[in-house]
Amino acid sequence: MKAAVIRFPGSNCDQDCFFALNRVFGLATDYVWHKDTALAGYDLVVLPGGFSYGDYLRCGAIARFSPIMKAVREYADAGGLLIGICNGFQILAESRLLPGALVRNRSLHFICEHRFLRVEAVDNPFLNRAVTGQVLNIPIAHGEGNYTADEATLDELDRNRQVLLRYSDALGCVSDASNPNGSARNIAGICNAARNVFGLMPHPERACGASLGSADGNIIFRSILNSLGVSAAA
Amino acid sequence: MKVHVTVMPKKSVLDPQGVAVRDAIAHHGFPQARSVRVGKFMEIEVAGAGAEVEERLHEICRDLLSNPVIEDYEMRIEAGGEQH
Repeated sequence: MKAAVIRFPGSNCDQDCFFALNRVFGLATDYVWHKDTALAGYDLVVLPGGFSYGDYLRCGAIARFSPIMKAVREYADAGGLLIGICNGFQILAESRLLPGALVRNRSLHFICEHRFLRVEAVDNPFLNRAVTGQVLNIPIAHGEGNYTADEATLDELDRNRQVLLRYSDALGCVSDASNPNGSARNIAGICNAARNVFGLMPHPERACGASLGSADGNIIFRSILNSLGVSAAA
Repeated sequence: MKVHVTVMPKKSVLDPQGVAVRDAIAHHGFPQARSVRVGKFMEIEVAGAGAEVEERLHEICRDLLSNPVIEDYEMRIEAGGEQH
């Protein structure tokens, strides 16, 4: 069982992801450089947060054309578990591995704070240890996390239960008041139709222990390990 | 030749940056500015010309310079920039 954390120039949550996977969950984890071209033998691939290529042009737009992304696409097409966090989500959207786009927060502010998220669907490898309606406390840290897609795409995401997380209040109530960045339908995380690619703006790796203020992110890692047939230690 | 590419947020996509700039213009004592949209302008120097090169440039505009989910682009080839 092995995980890969892809490193782009400008990634800055790579070590946090490594910490959560390797130190908290004991999963053998490698860093893979964006100029590498092969991804063999991995059971989980993580695109971490950060500012790949300085966010030039659009967030994730240039990372999408990194040499490693061809291997990432082939890995995902073959059904491999792929998760993009924050900038990783932006890269997945730019790569069209997930629908829609992430644009400037409606407030124009960079927002760095703990937020509540309601679990919307658990019939997927990323939240199978959670229950629908469960509220998670996980931080966000982004300036461009405002999820946008046309109405037809949003309807399809809802119909297929591809929306996995929505911004809510502590009680799980989803409203405009609980929407930090203007995301369409309060969307914080979605998966693809095949349910093996997950993109989310919140940072589960920054909520992987009580000393960090929350351990709620662990339910995502525990779910992934569960779907890979590993019983999680943490 | 010289190629000018303009990338603008789609009309259907909210442009909070444009709204902030409009408000700033109003604070400058010019409330007549009804709306502002902020886009990008790129100038590309290209060696060569022709239909094939133009087709490639459109491809690059679609795949890299703009994101068709949220943006539209316009490409203009500047007259007089031909080099032989």
